[in-house]
Amino acid sequence: MSDRLLISTRKGLFTVMRNGGHWDISGVDFLGDNVTLTLTDSRDGKSYAALDHGHFGVKLHRSTANGWEEIASPAYPPKPEGYEEKDMWGREVNWSTNKIWALAAGGPDEPGTIWCGTLPGGLFRSNDHGQSWEMMRTLWDHPLRKKWAGGGADLPGIHSICVAPRNAKQVSIAVSTGGIWHTADGGKSWTQRGEGMRAEYMPPEQAHEPNAQDVHCLAQCRTAPERMWVQHHNGIFVSSDEGKTFTEIKDVQPSVFGFPVAVHPKEPDTAWFVPEIKDEKRIPREGKLAVTRTRDGGKSFEVLSKGLPQTHAYDVVYRHALALDEQGDRLAIGSTTGGLWVSEDQGDSWACVTHTLPPIYAVRFA
Amino acid sequence: MAKVIFTPNVQRHVGCPAAEAAGATVREVLEKVFADNPQARGYVLDDQAALRRHMTIFVDGQMIRDRTRLADRVKDSSTIHVFQALSGG
Repeated sequence: MSDRLLISTRKGLFTVMRNGGHWDISGVDFLGDNVTLTLTDSRDGKSYAALDHGHFGVKLHRSTANGWEEIASPAYPPKPEGYEEKDMWGREVNWSTNKIWALAAGGPDEPGTIWCGTLPGGLFRSNDHGQSWEMMRTLWDHPLRKKWAGGGADLPGIHSICVAPRNAKQVSIAVSTGGIWHTADGGKSWTQRGEGMRAEYMPPEQAHEPNAQDVHCLAQCRTAPERMWVQHHNGIFVSSDEGKTFTEIKDVQPSVFGFPVAVHPKEPDTAWFVPEIKDEKRIPREGKLAVTRTRDGGKSFEVLSKGLPQTHAYDVVYRHALALDEQGDRLAIGSTTGGLWVSEDQGDSWACVTHTLPPIYAVRFA
Repeated sequence: MAKVIFTPNVQRHVGCPAAEAAGATVREVLEKVFADNPQARGYVLDDQAALRRHMTIFVDGQMIRDRTRLADRVKDSSTIHVFQALSGG
C-alpha cells in the first residue's frame, strides 16, 4: 500500500501523506510554480518533477536526499536550415520542448532509463536518471508524425508511455492527436497501432484512420500486458492484443467522455474512468462528480460516487489526475477546481483530502 | 564590453548576476555570458537558441527585432537588459 501522494498543481507540488487513517497535506515544494507532472521511480525511489515556468520554459527536477535539483530537460535537435514544417494553422512548428506530458520508468533491467513524452510530439529517453536525454529520431522523423495534430492543446503531444512489464524494449505510446505507436526494439523502429478506434470528429471515410485518433489516455495491465484500455475523445476502447486492435465500449453511463483511465495491475477486466459530459461542456453530469468502474472488461459499469460531491460539482479530472497504487486498491483523483479525493476500497467510497488546492494537473502515488 | 543585466525574477530559479562580455551582436555577447553560466541559457533561449516566446531583450533601451538570430548590433558601451515580456502571464 502506498501512503504517499504527489499532487502536481498550477501553483506547486504538494505532498499528501496517510497518517492515522487520514490523508493530509504534509508539505509543498516549488510553491507558486506550475508543476505539470511527476514520476516516482519504484526501482530506486527517485522522484522527478516537471515544471513549466512560462517565461523561462520547461524544466525538470529530480529529488535528492535534501530536496530537489534541476537536471537536464529534454531538448529538441537543431532544426535543419531551410526545413519547413507548419502546424494546422500554417504556423512554423518550433522544435522546442513546449511541455513535458509523460514520464515513465524503463524496465527493471534498465536502471536509470526514463522515458519522456512532450509537446510538440518529441519522445525522449534518458539512460542516466535524467542527466541527459536522447530524442527518438526514429519516431520524430517518421512521415506520419508530421500529420499529428493538436488535441486539447494547440500542439500534438505524447501523454501516455507504457513500458511492457515483461520486455522493456516493447514500448507503446499514445498521442493527442496521433493515435497509438509501438516499438518492439527499444525505439529503433516504430509502427502505428490502434485499429478499431473511431473518431467522430473526422469525415466518415477517415473516422477509422489510426493516426487521427485522439487518445486521451492509454493504460496497460501490469500482469496481463496484452490488455490495454483507452479513454478516447469520443469513447472508451479496450484491446486484448496489446493495442493492435480495439473494441469500442458503447452506452456507458453517465458518459463515455473523459480524460483518464486506470487498469488494475492483476485484474485486466477492471478499469476506472472519470466521466464528463462530452465534449463541448466537459463538466460532471448534473453537477455530480463520479468515477466509473468496470470489473468485466467493459460489459457493465458501476457509477461510484460515495464521498464525492453530488451537487454543483464542476470538477474536471485531467488525464494524469487519476492515480492507482501498485496493489490496485487505493485510488486518488484531483480536479481542476482543486479538489482531492482518496479511496482505499477500489473506488467504492471516497474521502475528501481538500478542495482548496490550486488547479490539479497530476496525481501520483509515490 | 557590453553590460548584461537579467530580470530579478529569474534569480530564484538560477543565479544570473550582471555580467560584462564583448561582442558585436546580442548573440555574441549572450553566448559569452552563457559560456560562464550554462544553466541560465535555457531560461532565456529555447531549444533552437531563439529568444523564448515570453522573454524580451532591450539594447540601450530599444527592444531587439531579431528574436531568432539575435543579430541586433551591440556597442562596446551598450547595456543589454534581459527581461520577462508582459505576455506569458
